[in-house]
Amino acid sequence: MKLPDLICPAGSLPALKAAVDNGADAVYLGFKNDTNARNFAGLNFDQKAMTEGVRYAHAKGCEILLAINTFAQAGRVADWHKSVDAAVDQGVDAIILADVGLLDYASQRHPQQRLHLSVQGSATSYEAVNFCQREFGIKRAVLPRVLTLAQVEQVIKNTTVEIEVFGFGSLCVMNEGRCWLSSYACGESPNTVGACSPAKYVKWDKKPGVMETRLNGILIDRFGDEEPAGYPTLCKGRFEVEGDTYYALEEPTSLNVLPILPEIIKIGVRAIKVEGRQRSPAYVTQVTRTLRAALDSLKNGAASYQVKPAWQAELSKVSEGSQATLGAYNRPWR
Amino acid sequence: MNTSFIIPKFRLPSFIASVGEKLPQWPHAMVLVTALNTALKLKFLPENELTALNGKSFRVHIRDTGGEAFFTYRNGLFRPLFSRSESPDLSFSAYLSAYLQLMARQEDPDTLFFSRELEVTGDTELGLLVKNLLDSIEWPNLPRLKLGKSI
Ligand code: SF4
Repeated sequence: MKLPDLICPAGSLPALKAAVDNGADAVYLGFKNDTNARNFAGLNFDQKAMTEGVRYAHAKGCEILLAINTFAQAGRVADWHKSVDAAVDQGVDAIILADVGLLDYASQRHPQQRLHLSVQGSATSYEAVNFCQREFGIKRAVLPRVLTLAQVEQVIKNTTVEIEVFGFGSLCVMNEGRCWLSSYACGESPNTVGACSPAKYVKWDKKPGVMETRLNGILIDRFGDEEPAGYPTLCKGRFEVEGDTYYALEEPTSLNVLPILPEIIKIGVRAIKVEGRQRSPAYVTQVTRTLRAALDSLKNGAASYQVKPAWQAELSKVSEGSQATLGAYNRPWR
Repeated sequence: MNTSFIIPKFRLPSFIASVGEKLPQWPHAMVLVTALNTALKLKFLPENELTALNGKSFRVHIRDTGGEAFFTYRNGLFRPLFSRSESPDLSFSAYLSAYLQLMARQEDPDTLFFSRELEVTGDTELGLLVKNLLDSIEWPNLPRLKLGKSI
């Protein structure tokens, strides 16, 4: 069985090396600025770290995909162009872009550079994917985590663009690339400053027996001492709706496709992506080697495929809210 | 992957904390600060990025020993704070096993945060910066701690 590529995240050089050493086929990363959607203090790669990262990965036969997946801000488009040029100079294997203007720039300026359409580009139909192929020559598209497996298959059947889907990680499901919840609370969102719910707006208030999470002063959740916590985003807050207080938008949980891995491969998915550039080398190690083991066990066909309890234990441990879901993939409704 | 040394999740008995809290706290700060300054001297810590920590006060609290260390970073050196600051800029609280797992890169801080084993209060952005700084350090010859058993 032809296996899809395993694409792993890295927010630092040690994380990149962990991904490469534990069996990633490609590592994706970003520059230390707001051209990528994980623009957190201290995270990501400056030019020097990037050079070393590319060298390390290539020496071990692993690809580097560079995410420039935010939208160029008015008056500062040159910064995004500069990042695209720098990525090409670094010799990355592909640039992951979301902004149509940047796709246009990159394809005109660097016609030889391989381009991928980011999940932030929010292409959910084969028409959208084929449009980006025709106009910008994209070679691969990352599909948003809102599609069912049948819908993913429908896209694959109607395009020659390689399709990449998410296989593991925290969920960000609200119409990816178009979510404004963070802007509603803080005036800043992934598409504008490169971070959802930036840390400077987050406050964890510890009181005896409870911890309160506030985002720009707005109370978004309250946890008992032993209760698992999630990321401080509005989508994962508990709100009072018609008298009931619950996770009205989404539970803090992680996507985990191990149970449906054979189906994902069967429909022709070209690459499986792991979320988490904001996480540590320990996470990258744990998730990469688990998914590598699962994929490798499918080399000789799906007949004997079984999700090992050890894999699930390892993945659920690092999951947000310490639980896992198949997300939209197996949703009966659309 | 062979099974080698793994730091287990453990809790020290609660009487230790009740004794620990009554002991003077500055030795903890001394030990921590000396270790950090050594790392600085050996150039493990990215000096230019550390400027963001200048003048900030930190508290590291160990839940099951009751120990806590207060320190600051000023003019290129970590320094212990001998009087406990009521509201440090950034405060970490966790069990000893969680700190050990973090240092060995055996567990990810977000994982420990989700499972409520690590608590971060104060300036969250500063906390994120510290976390990412620690993650980006390339420790030479890390003791060969393996992450979990073979899978
Ligand atoms: S609020 Fe939630 S869904 Fe929206 S961008 Fe942030 S993480 Fe994603």
